[in-house]
Amino acid sequence: MVHQVLFIVFALICVAGAVNLLVQRHPINSALSLVVVMASLSLIYLLLGAEFVAAIQVIVYAGAIMVLFVFVIMLLNAGAEERTRGSRVALFVGVPGMIVLAGTVGWLLVSGSGKLGGVEIGKLSFGETHQIARLLFRDFLLPFEITSVLILIAIMGAVVLGRRES
Amino acid sequence: MDIKTFIIAAVIKIALVVFIMLTGVAYTTWLERKLIGRIQNRWGPTRVGPFGLLQPLADGVKFILKEDLLPDYVHKGLFILAPMLALVMSLISIAVIPFGETITVAGHTTALQISGMIQAGGHISDINIGLLIILGVTSIGVYGVALAGWSSNSKYSLLGSLRASAQMISYELSLGLSLVGILLLSGSLSLREIVFSQSGHWFVAGHDTHVPHWFIFPQIVGFFIYLMAAYAETNRIPFDMPEAETELVAGYHTEYSSMKFAMFFMAEYVNMFTVACLASLLFFGGWHGPHLAFLPPIGQALLPVVYFAAKVFFFIFLYIWIRGTLPRFRYDQLMAFGWKFLLPLAIANIIVTSLIVAWGA
Repeated sequence: MVHQVLFIVFALICVAGAVNLLVQRHPINSALSLVVVMASLSLIYLLLGAEFVAAIQVIVYAGAIMVLFVFVIMLLNAGAEERTRGSRVALFVGVPGMIVLAGTVGWLLVSGSGKLGGVEIGKLSFGETHQIARLLFRDFLLPFEITSVLILIAIMGAVVLGRRES
Repeated sequence: MDIKTFIIAAVIKIALVVFIMLTGVAYTTWLERKLIGRIQNRWGPTRVGPFGLLQPLADGVKFILKEDLLPDYVHKGLFILAPMLALVMSLISIAVIPFGETITVAGHTTALQISGMIQAGGHISDINIGLLIILGVTSIGVYGVALAGWSSNSKYSLLGSLRASAQMISYELSLGLSLVGILLLSGSLSLREIVFSQSGHWFVAGHDTHVPHWFIFPQIVGFFIYLMAAYAETNRIPFDMPEAETELVAGYHTEYSSMKFAMFFMAEYVNMFTVACLASLLFFGGWHGPHLAFLPPIGQALLPVVYFAAKVFFFIFLYIWIRGTLPRFRYDQLMAFGWKFLLPLAIANIIVTSLIVAWGA
């Protein structure tokens, strides 16, 4: 009961943060709304019982990536964006397209819920640190290592591009 | 334990811990002024009360009564939010810190930790990601400093907060990596479990060395990395570039006055306490210490808390001592030290520790 109420509260905060992210005109307000979204997502993970993922969500996304975003916005001193009248194409193609996409994804999720399987709130069975470690470093070791190498290559690419002198 | 007693116990614990913490913060400022005074061959505060002991109270009254200036051209919402964010985030970390094992008051046994609970079988349950929560909350605390400088709309504040965020991001890496050695040795992220795994003595080749089983001995390199990175995280001398008064007036809190400034000040000191608590929990066995059999039962019950408080006091003293001794780094030295020395050293420490742990297993 408490879990359901908390889930709804944090889900609402999450959606409100996401809407605010789009509505705000100043980049720093948008970035901070994104932090709110990340934080409430992490609380939803916590409610599901995935405590390790929740902590990592806060440390990596809210604590590291978004701090860099805010840092860059501060450094570039980006001002408030100008509001345009909006494009016709976006209005007549984008809005129906978005409705169709949301409807399709929603319908697929609802109709396929039997196949996908569900999880009770707070009953996730593989959320603990030990279990995640076992999955990452035993069952899925090769994909995990390949992903690490991929990220390393991306980092080196960023360094090379950043150092290039024109 | 039913929900009612749990909530009552939790509220009492929160009120008590926050009260003790904030009093501790107030008297740390007194201690700091006294000690720095002695180091510099002067008296420090002497006028208010005996030995200037009422000085923190007078300071508090002054902070509350001073005019709270809100400069023009600041980003109002964020300017007000930033000090609150800094203080709240620093106080949250206290919630997961265990101060001792358990205490029994009027027939109710409770864990000496805000987030600790006694389960049905008398087993104490702790948040099993306690260490990660502290790291996460610390990383959110960066926003307080970053937003304060940006929203002040002043060049000193902005430069101070840019330095602060760059410094905190850089040293967070070494800080996190320096703790991995502890995790490898204890096999847990729960602070209570980490302390329990440090009870007893070290055995070398089956021989009792009578040296306490604290992680400082195998992790001395990790401890020094932790100490230096944590001092940089709290923006204290010799890493206090963000508020270097000779070049930046007062850094990110230049434009703040009255209680809003006091909030940043309190946040800094609460963060110092968190660092000191973590250092004692992770490297110095938390509340473990020699057993004194001659004490009465009440003394026996409080002894672990006294040991813990003594260790925390030592680290607070160290902070002040270093402030009175060392000059400030230059900015490029600070960055080079973090990235070119601490980070590789932390990675080497992890490799060596994991090899030893794997060899022993």
